[in-house]
Amino acid sequence: MTEEIIIAGFGGQGVLSMGKILAYSGLMQGQEVSWMPSYGPEMRGGTSNVTVVISDERISSPILTDYDTAIILNQQSMDKFESMVKPGGILIYDPNGITRVPKRKDISIYKIEGTKGAAELGNSKTFNMVVLGGYLKIKPIVKMENVMEGLKKSLPARHHKLLPLNEKAIKHGLTIVEEVQKA
Amino acid sequence: MDKELRLMKGNEAIAEAAIRCGTDAYFGYPITPQSEVIEYLMSEKPHERTGMVVLQAESEVAAINMVYGAAGAGRKVMTSSSSPGVSLKQEGISYIAGAELPALIVNVVRGGPGLGTIQPGQGDYFQSVKGGGHGDYKLIVLAPASVQEMYDFVKLSFELGFKYRNPVLIQTDGVIGQMMEKVELGPQEVLRTPEEIEKECPWGTTGKKPNRERNIITSLELDAYKMEKFNLKLIEKYKKIQENEVRFEKIECDDAEYVIIAYGSSARIAQKAIKIARAKGIKVGLLRPITLFPFPIKQIRELIPQVKGFLSVEMSAGQMVEDIRLAVNGERPVEHFGRMGGVIPAAEEIVTALEQKLIGG
Repeated sequence: MTEEIIIAGFGGQGVLSMGKILAYSGLMQGQEVSWMPSYGPEMRGGTSNVTVVISDERISSPILTDYDTAIILNQQSMDKFESMVKPGGILIYDPNGITRVPKRKDISIYKIEGTKGAAELGNSKTFNMVVLGGYLKIKPIVKMENVMEGLKKSLPARHHKLLPLNEKAIKHGLTIVEEVQKA
Repeated sequence: MDKELRLMKGNEAIAEAAIRCGTDAYFGYPITPQSEVIEYLMSEKPHERTGMVVLQAESEVAAINMVYGAAGAGRKVMTSSSSPGVSLKQEGISYIAGAELPALIVNVVRGGPGLGTIQPGQGDYFQSVKGGGHGDYKLIVLAPASVQEMYDFVKLSFELGFKYRNPVLIQTDGVIGQMMEKVELGPQEVLRTPEEIEKECPWGTTGKKPNRERNIITSLELDAYKMEKFNLKLIEKYKKIQENEVRFEKIECDDAEYVIIAYGSSARIAQKAIKIARAKGIKVGLLRPITLFPFPIKQIRELIPQVKGFLSVEMSAGQMVEDIRLAVNGERPVEHFGRMGGVIPAAEEIVTALEQKLIGG
């Protein structure tokens, strides 16, 4: 199994930490992982993205030009990455702020109201965990217990009191993701 | 005991490895894309963990000269920077090589020349391998291709540095520096005591005792004949390093008709390219130099009978390709494919280059 993922959105949406938690979850279940952020001028404001690879084998390139899954959280990322999903691959997006919905017919498309879902939980910072939950519903490549272990490893100890809230957000995400089209 | 595994950035792995392998001191100055090295060291407060000194100097030039001073006293000492910063350090590096001192310099390369970009590059190969400073000297140059190797090569650098009394440079780039991967951490080692340092480094300026002559650390010799004698001694040392310290990795070379030669992050992308090419029926392998000096000349030459051509893949205008051509000595075509300026080559582009430059040509 090798899963190649791009997560892309605005800086501040928790794109990088979502990727880190996913990578740590893979590590917790003994898999090979890589996490490659965009660190260029874009991280100084504007868009942010991270490529995560989780695999049973040694990972070759941590930098990719096509992906099994794209998690798209703003319009700029939609414009850039829709075409880079492998045929038969998966695109998940939050419709908030999306003015042009994905057009491809050869991929599976899912919608998750992450912004709304996080607001329902009363904490907009849980946005990335809601989206992560949606992804895990569609591709349960890491077990929930390992996600929680990954979260624990990613969060500094002083924030561990937030673990139950994050777990709640992930579980909320599992329930609100919707299928738009199947490849 | 369970393995201690952590998800770390390459730059953080360098810093943690420095603390764990008992480095005495780090002197540096921040620059993207390697600032996490000093940031991590500052936040870890290694002075409390092991007694290691971490100091942000006023400039790269100051930092390398602090390294020179501490290395002269037999200390395990290092610095890190990125391309323009490493250029500033070159005078000091030449002095350290001339004074035959062990020291570790880490270069997290960015696109150049000049201030260039902050994105990854490999255009500092000539500077690392051919001597970016003045005079006849060589550095031992290691090129990690994973975060684990970033971690492991810090300790290895000090082992080689002290074994040969020679500065060691880790040449990496923004990809390996910024990415996170799984790292297995080693045990925490304690700093050597002053007595242990004196024993290990009888040449060090550790304070003159009545039972020995003064130790003088210098690279100055005004007598040309004595200087030449010293040059010859250095050549002998570099020859020994070439004979004994070549490190490399071969991937899918057994039946290969074409071989890609790439190091560091380019080697990672080349591994993906090999998978794509093999799926198309092209028998291609990868030779990954781990030491850029000493260069795996013999290992490249051993492949000549079976291969039709070599492709050097670098994020540069073509630097390592010159060393490959010297090794192959005209017996097979050697081509170059590179992206520059901080642009990272795609695996598919490498396959296309292989097809166009070697197979079709």
